Amino acid sequence: MITLSGIHKAFGANKVLRGVDLTVPTGQSMVIIGGSGTGKSVLLKCILGLVQLDGGAITVDGQDAGTAARDAFLARFGMLFQGGALFDSLPVWQNVAFRLLRGSLKRTKEEAREIAIEKLRRVGLKPATADMFPAELSGGMQKRVGLARAIAAEPEIIFFDEPTTGLDPIMAGVINELIREIVTEMGATAMTITHDMSSVRAIADRVAMLHAGVIQWTGPIAEMDTTTDPYVQQFIHGRAEGPIEAVR
Amino acid sequence: MTFLLAPFRGTGRTTLGALAAIGRIALFAASAISHMLRPPFYPKEFLHAFMQIGYFSLPVVGMTALFTGGALALQIYSGGARFSAETVVPSIVAIGMVRELGPVLGGLMVAARVASSIAAEIGTMKVTEQIDALVTLSTHPMKYLAVPRVLAATLAVPILVGVGDSIGIFGGYLVGVNRLGFNPANYLNNTRDFLEIWDVVSGLWKGAAFGFIVAVAGCYYGMNSGRGAQGVGRATKAAVVAASVLILATNYLLTEVFFSA
Repeated sequence: MITLSGIHKAFGANKVLRGVDLTVPTGQSMVIIGGSGTGKSVLLKCILGLVQLDGGAITVDGQDAGTAARDAFLARFGMLFQGGALFDSLPVWQNVAFRLLRGSLKRTKEEAREIAIEKLRRVGLKPATADMFPAELSGGMQKRVGLARAIAAEPEIIFFDEPTTGLDPIMAGVINELIREIVTEMGATAMTITHDMSSVRAIADRVAMLHAGVIQWTGPIAEMDTTTDPYVQQFIHGRAEGPIEAVR
Repeated sequence: MTFLLAPFRGTGRTTLGALAAIGRIALFAASAISHMLRPPFYPKEFLHAFMQIGYFSLPVVGMTALFTGGALALQIYSGGARFSAETVVPSIVAIGMVRELGPVLGGLMVAARVASSIAAEIGTMKVTEQIDALVTLSTHPMKYLAVPRVLAATLAVPILVGVGDSIGIFGGYLVGVNRLGFNPANYLNNTRDFLEIWDVVSGLWKGAAFGFIVAVAGCYYGMNSGRGAQGVGRATKAAVVAASVLILATNYLLTEVFFSA
């Protein structure tokens, strides 16, 4: 279970997170929605320690993220970055097996390659892709490789940062389905950030709405359409009128 | 009054900014050294960086040294003619190349070629979240990106300087023999007789220091790159400027240390 209590983060005068409280139960898929620039990605980066907190506490299964042994803590996570964040200088299979080629999870090269090819197959890519370089792949294929890398070491917790941004609706649907299948099959705890409502409906068990630096609403996906929360209603229907200013 | 003070305020701000930047680079360098001594190590990344920085810089360093050696021979010959000292050309070319011009010009050429490429590569990795991805994959960016490059540059640049020195002396020999009419055997004898081991070794130490500076500047500005193409462009420019200025300043300090007595 991931617990966020009173998370604060500012960049200069810009107070992005102003006391975020959120609990993500183990094995559940939590999707965080909210407009662009509301701090959704910052929130994920705070959990991973990529951004230092100004205040508040983060625990994962009762373990304080700030004091946990870093390598062991990060080994529990997998992350799909918005732009894929694949390493240009490495072929696809080495990107996927990156964690398996070094550090505490190190395997032999042959074993790591085999696992990489199996994970690539799992996300719908042919083994021939393994020896290509990221620059030779389309945007959709890069996302899949990023997804394969995120699941390669079979993490307990997976983060997805804008998994469908920049993809056509069909490819976005394929990625959404893959994420849902993989999360269910691995029994992993998932946190996804998106403002794509089709992703929310495909991926989420629970939804949280982040606005003005705090969680405005959280609840099961089944209650998202019926909630009377004006922020959620304005957001999911894409209305210009409402409590969220259309021009930020 | 405010108008009159503006230039002083600007100078003060620039000076403080430059000193703060030097402090931050020094801390970054100290951190790189400390990570260099602790595992994990990445030998494959080191070898790749060594080839990129050393082997692929040979043409540019070699060409620079060749033309510099030739021009130096011409300059010493025409300058020496004023007091009938044309015969010193071989020894001055050799000492000038190995003590000063070989390491400094080699260092500056490597700064232009390598500091820029390191800063651009790491800067692009930063803006495309590849450095964040490294962290999430339990890999320390300092160990994986900076240490192999800093170590490779510190070891490769002295080798480049040594090769450049030889090529520079050869450039002086070509001009001395073919253009200025020196006897080939006398030219070589003069070069050998006046050159001391410490002349060569001091230049190689300078090369190691310059290699370290180049890689540290490239990595520091790359890892602290701003957002977007403009941020990477600024980081690249700053890395080359900082490396070049630090090379020249360090060259003076090392010359004081090595030869002031």
